[in-house]
Amino acid sequence: MRGFFISRLIQLVVTMFIVSVVVFFILRLSGDPILVVAPDFFSEEQINQMRKFWGFDRPLGEQYLTFVSKAITGDFGKSYLAKRPAMELVFERLGYSWMLAAASAAIGLTVAVPLGILSALRRNSFVDLVITSLSSLGTAMPSFWLGLMLIIIFSVHLRMLPAFGALEPKAIILPSATLGVGMAARLSRMTRSAMLEVLNQDYVRTAKSKGLQEKIVILRHALRNALIPIVTVFGLQLGWLLGGSVVVESVFSWPGLGRLMIDSISVRDNTVVQAGLLFFALSFILINYAIDVIYIILDPRIKFQ
Amino acid sequence: MITDAQNSHQSETGAIADMVPRRSLPRRLLAILLKSPVGVAGSIIVSVIVLLAFFGPVISPHDPSGRNIRARFEPPGFVDNNGNLYRLGTDQLGRDVFSRIIAGSRVSVLVGVISVLIAGTLGVIYGLISGFVGGFIDSVMMRIVDGLLAIPFIILVIAISGVVGAGLSTLILILGFTGWTTYARVIRGEVLKVREMEYVIAAYALGQSRLKVMFLHILPNVVHSAIVLAAVQVGVTILAESSLSFLGLGVKPPTVTWGLMLSDGRQYINSAWWMTAYPGIAITITVLGVVFLGDWLRDFLDPNVRGRA
Repeated sequence: MRGFFISRLIQLVVTMFIVSVVVFFILRLSGDPILVVAPDFFSEEQINQMRKFWGFDRPLGEQYLTFVSKAITGDFGKSYLAKRPAMELVFERLGYSWMLAAASAAIGLTVAVPLGILSALRRNSFVDLVITSLSSLGTAMPSFWLGLMLIIIFSVHLRMLPAFGALEPKAIILPSATLGVGMAARLSRMTRSAMLEVLNQDYVRTAKSKGLQEKIVILRHALRNALIPIVTVFGLQLGWLLGGSVVVESVFSWPGLGRLMIDSISVRDNTVVQAGLLFFALSFILINYAIDVIYIILDPRIKFQ
Repeated sequence: MITDAQNSHQSETGAIADMVPRRSLPRRLLAILLKSPVGVAGSIIVSVIVLLAFFGPVISPHDPSGRNIRARFEPPGFVDNNGNLYRLGTDQLGRDVFSRIIAGSRVSVLVGVISVLIAGTLGVIYGLISGFVGGFIDSVMMRIVDGLLAIPFIILVIAISGVVGAGLSTLILILGFTGWTTYARVIRGEVLKVREMEYVIAAYALGQSRLKVMFLHILPNVVHSAIVLAAVQVGVTILAESSLSFLGLGVKPPTVTWGLMLSDGRQYINSAWWMTAYPGIAITITVLGVVFLGDWLRDFLDPNVRGRA
């Protein structure tokens, strides 16, 4: 057990190292980063001064090492634009992003699990057809478009819910519903197939034939075993949720990390983009690490590897 | 191309093999396609979109960039003084939304096909080498893939196109050069299974070189997973393009794309719902068609996974 945690931890560190290399080089793909931010009227002399100030005159390897050693301590440098530490800006937005992600995941799960179970129990029935069709539709739909359509219906026409910002608690409803539908569509499909697989197992048949109530068989015997694949897919779809939140936060002007990233990218505020990218990667990796741990709790058979 | 793996699948699913004995591959494909309503729906949708992309300018009822200041923001079904019908309404410059949707299909098809070809080729070669060589090199190569996959795809693409700048061909390249990681991981897993098979060991025993074994015996038996994945990825790529163009980080006007139409629509969301509704429906139907076709391809190429997600 301890070996498992330690080997996963090492893997996590290696992955983060590679992410840091990727993030560092992405922002140098454009060539000289100084020319991008320096005002047009700057002289050669001033540009060189600026280059020296930000450390861009050093060799690439040295720049990377400085970047990583500072990043580990949480120092990503100051935002070019806000003139404040990039980390501070990221932290300000993090709460909003987590709130949105949690609400969307909760909506996704509460919709998907019951529907997936129902769909599996009534396999090939009309209900199953409706649920699986809706789930295909929800997967194919661009989430930001669904968001726009919800704005048209609930904000423009019915005037029930706010379309922008995060000034009142009601404002989270539309963005989280938008992302929640996408999550539900992806998760219900997986719940259905996981349940189908489990329902065919011998222990389910045994439980049924010894006269247990249908409800108990489904909840205690079937669902519990189907949870493992559901949790896996949940972890993987979290990547979709994080990515989708970037675009959806922009649609709803939700003040989260995603919107900060888009705003910073469009004004080329690179320190903030770097901090944001690393944060997204770190949260994705940590959540999947947590899921590995949940596995062991759900299935005592998985112990090592 | 009938591979060993497919042959063994067919003996397992004897029913299909009995029903369509010894016909050419296209005819077998067609026979099986007609049995699957999802496959039929998917191929009809995809064919229509591809036809629109090719013959758009011929079919299109109006010039997609033809402005008409006197017919701005007209609702769907509007008929102007000359009796011209604007089926899905007009936008802020009086351009026909229906014609623009037809014109936009071209970008979706181009991006979907070319990026996926680039990503698929890169990923298959990478996964093939990684799985075949094994050992330390394999671990290093896979850790790199893990690192790239740790940044959600769309965020990675947004960051790169923000730095590199956008435009249609740049965007296609960016999507192609970032999308390969999924293929690499899947193909590598398949290679690990296949390389221990008896026919591979037999090929070695017959004195074939490692390179020949890799390309002639292993590749044909893993490539079906890449094809199934590619169908899924076409949908993912089309959605990514529309998100990027919507955010202003993708294709730029005057090129017509569904994502850009949505970004126009958003500005007039209070008054002209049709500018937002229809391009999104076009994206949804296209992706749905691709997904259906992919589901059917998966069932066809790999009967063992039928019914799973």
